[in-house]
Amino acid sequence: MKIHKKINFSNMTSLIALLVLCVVISIAEPAFRTWGNMINILQQVTVIAVIALGVNIVIFTGGIDISVGSVVGFTGIVTGKLIVENGISPFIGVAAALIVGVLCGTFNGIMIAKFKLQPMIATLAMMSMARGAALTLADGQTISGYSDSFRWIGVGEIGGTKIPVQIIFMLFLYILMFFLMRYRKFGRYIYSIGGNEEATRLSGINVDKYKIMAYAISGLGASVASVILVAKLNSAQSTAGLDYEMDAIASCVIGGTSLIGGYGSVWGTFVGAIIMIVIRNGLNLLNVSSNLQKLVIGVVILLAVLADSIRHKAGKNK
Amino acid sequence: MGNEYIVQMEDITVKFPGVLALDKVRFNAKAGEVHVLLGENGAGKSTIMKVLAGVNTDYEGRIIYKGEEMVVQSVEEQKKRGVSIIFQEMNLLKNLTVAENIFLGRQPMTKIGMIDWKKMNFDAHELLNSVRSEISEKALVSSLSVGQMQMVEIAKALSFKSSIIIMDEPTSALTEKEVQALFDIIEQLKKDNVAIVYISHRLEEIMKIGNRLTVFRDGKYINTVNVADITMDQMVSMMVGREMTDYYPKVSVNPGEKLLEVKQIKQGERLQNLSFYARGGEITGFYGLMGAGRTELMRAVFGADSYDSGEIYIKGKKETIKSCEQAKRLGLALLTEDRKNQGLILNFDLNCNISLANLNTAMTAFGVDAAKENRNNQRLAESMNVKTPSLKQKVKNLSGGNQQKVVICKWLNADADIIIFDEPTRGIDVGAKAEIYKIMNQLKEQGKAVIVVSSELTECMGVSDRIYVMHEGKMTGLIEGEDMKSITEEMIVSFATGVNKSKGVAVCENS
Repeated sequence: MKIHKKINFSNMTSLIALLVLCVVISIAEPAFRTWGNMINILQQVTVIAVIALGVNIVIFTGGIDISVGSVVGFTGIVTGKLIVENGISPFIGVAAALIVGVLCGTFNGIMIAKFKLQPMIATLAMMSMARGAALTLADGQTISGYSDSFRWIGVGEIGGTKIPVQIIFMLFLYILMFFLMRYRKFGRYIYSIGGNEEATRLSGINVDKYKIMAYAISGLGASVASVILVAKLNSAQSTAGLDYEMDAIASCVIGGTSLIGGYGSVWGTFVGAIIMIVIRNGLNLLNVSSNLQKLVIGVVILLAVLADSIRHKAGKNK
Repeated sequence: MGNEYIVQMEDITVKFPGVLALDKVRFNAKAGEVHVLLGENGAGKSTIMKVLAGVNTDYEGRIIYKGEEMVVQSVEEQKKRGVSIIFQEMNLLKNLTVAENIFLGRQPMTKIGMIDWKKMNFDAHELLNSVRSEISEKALVSSLSVGQMQMVEIAKALSFKSSIIIMDEPTSALTEKEVQALFDIIEQLKKDNVAIVYISHRLEEIMKIGNRLTVFRDGKYINTVNVADITMDQMVSMMVGREMTDYYPKVSVNPGEKLLEVKQIKQGERLQNLSFYARGGEITGFYGLMGAGRTELMRAVFGADSYDSGEIYIKGKKETIKSCEQAKRLGLALLTEDRKNQGLILNFDLNCNISLANLNTAMTAFGVDAAKENRNNQRLAESMNVKTPSLKQKVKNLSGGNQQKVVICKWLNADADIIIFDEPTRGIDVGAKAEIYKIMNQLKEQGKAVIVVSSELTECMGVSDRIYVMHEGKMTGLIEGEDMKSITEEMIVSFATGVNKSKGVAVCENS
């Protein structure tokens, strides 16, 4: 399969970039190399990586979802309202948050697939609506005081080891998505829609259904990430997840996913998310100010997009 | 006609990954002649012309232009030198007007540096007049038919005052009137000492307007001859390297049940209460001029576009088809006219494209199995004789004929019972055409209902068992049974142009 070959290739480029990055930072700052710091990096990566996992599917179809950051904030508040303020069981609270996330995504998907809105515009509207809903619900308050059973997903460790539950959970989701994209019809159709939507429709595939599913998954990813985030911080804030959509999209792009659609991989995005966090972590260790960090991340995104465009040009000339 | 060569191309070699697209070929053109370039798809005709026009600058070899050696570096430069190319695919910007397209990037300016709309529209109007087109220069390109767009392309090439104009399949989408207009223009250009390089598969046209003929086969130069000295049969055998015997092989099968029946389908003004049926074991042809509504009819039946009213019966059962997905489930397949944009995912490999309409053939209980998929698709590709180094090749690297075969493989894989071919051989060489006819006959023998929409009358008459003729959204003729033997081309054209309606309407209402 050509697309799998390409995926391996783009995986390799971002993986090599990650290894080079790690070696360079290790030389500059030996503290980077410690086991503790490695776990620390993976813990920091979970929220962005899980959001990126969903956004990635949308980008494969040639769309975009910039509402995920707001959905993180909104669904976080939903858990706080239900679990903390109303004493509902964490199980139901989490389920409700996930349903809200899926509904936000499905709404985006329907607007885009059925009403033919531009993905950027439809999700821009959702970005504002979800944030507004979070702010209204929370009324400026931070909700904290979650039970330990709820917080387990964010801060728990696998019995007897020092491996955080959230990392295992993230890896599980990535393996599941990898399986879905590679071995199920769903994956093939998602790539095909990104490759040529009209040809896919005329091949008798229900394009609208799969597009709506892609946005629903994106919303689901955001709400799962939100649950992890709230459990980690032991608090839900209406401003949580601000700008996360940008980090998530950047992870996809750095990982080799093409914004045109039809091209990219699940593991590439995982590597892309880690690259983002490693750069942040390295710059922190090197005492670079957070203001300057933003600038550096911007340059990295630019380089990734340039690499993508050069790769496409090379492909065209062949 | 002067004997001076305007351009001489020698030992031109072009390599694509895994393919030697051109192998030391030569080509030359004289002022005031129509030099036809002939060959099967993938022979390298378009490739060498893309070199000359500056589209593909990655070549080896020598090019002498107007007595001097030249190195081709860009399309812009070539246009300034006087080499224009009119592509098979339209390169117009649809949201701009005709005049804006013609003068794109070189709009006339007023003294204060604004676009001189008046002059631009006037000049565009003159150019359109010179090609005898009635298109308004102010019309948006998106509102034009494919044929009209082609005329705009020609007007644009004329505006460059070119010494060489390359026309790649210029008539494939034109109506007969437009073709005649084009030939008149070509005659005029010859008198003005312009060299025309003419790429076409329509042998009748070549006989009519060609002066000299160069044949390529599989990226190699075969021969250059005077058109007056050879016959059409000789052209074909030079092109395919073997004698073509029976061009339209008919197999006789007793027609079966009506697998598809459409009654009184209506879609605005485009489709006005049309009825037809297609039986198993039979090839049903649809002939008409551009804009007759044949494509629209097939798209409506396949659920690609909605229709206002009408009934569709599949295997005798009334169905309301609302989507392509549903149509596919009911056993329909549509091979669209525009295979590049609607039939294929060009950036994906053959495997992905062939499996798309029916992934079940690539699945095991576990999921999509790449090995099983490859095995299954290999079998299909071999049965269709698709020429490709491997199934992992991107479809965009294949020639037009092979791309069409991939689309056929896709629908064979979906195992449809009612297969609609919309212009299946447009822009395809003789060898691949014959293979496509063979496949249609095989499908017919298997008892499937085959529907062929064609603008080539000889093809439509050659392959079909029954022919419906359409004109401006109406059924104007139906030829079947004994009539198929006595019908003449002139009669079918008279139905298609709306001159003669009586017979067709009567027959259709009874059906």
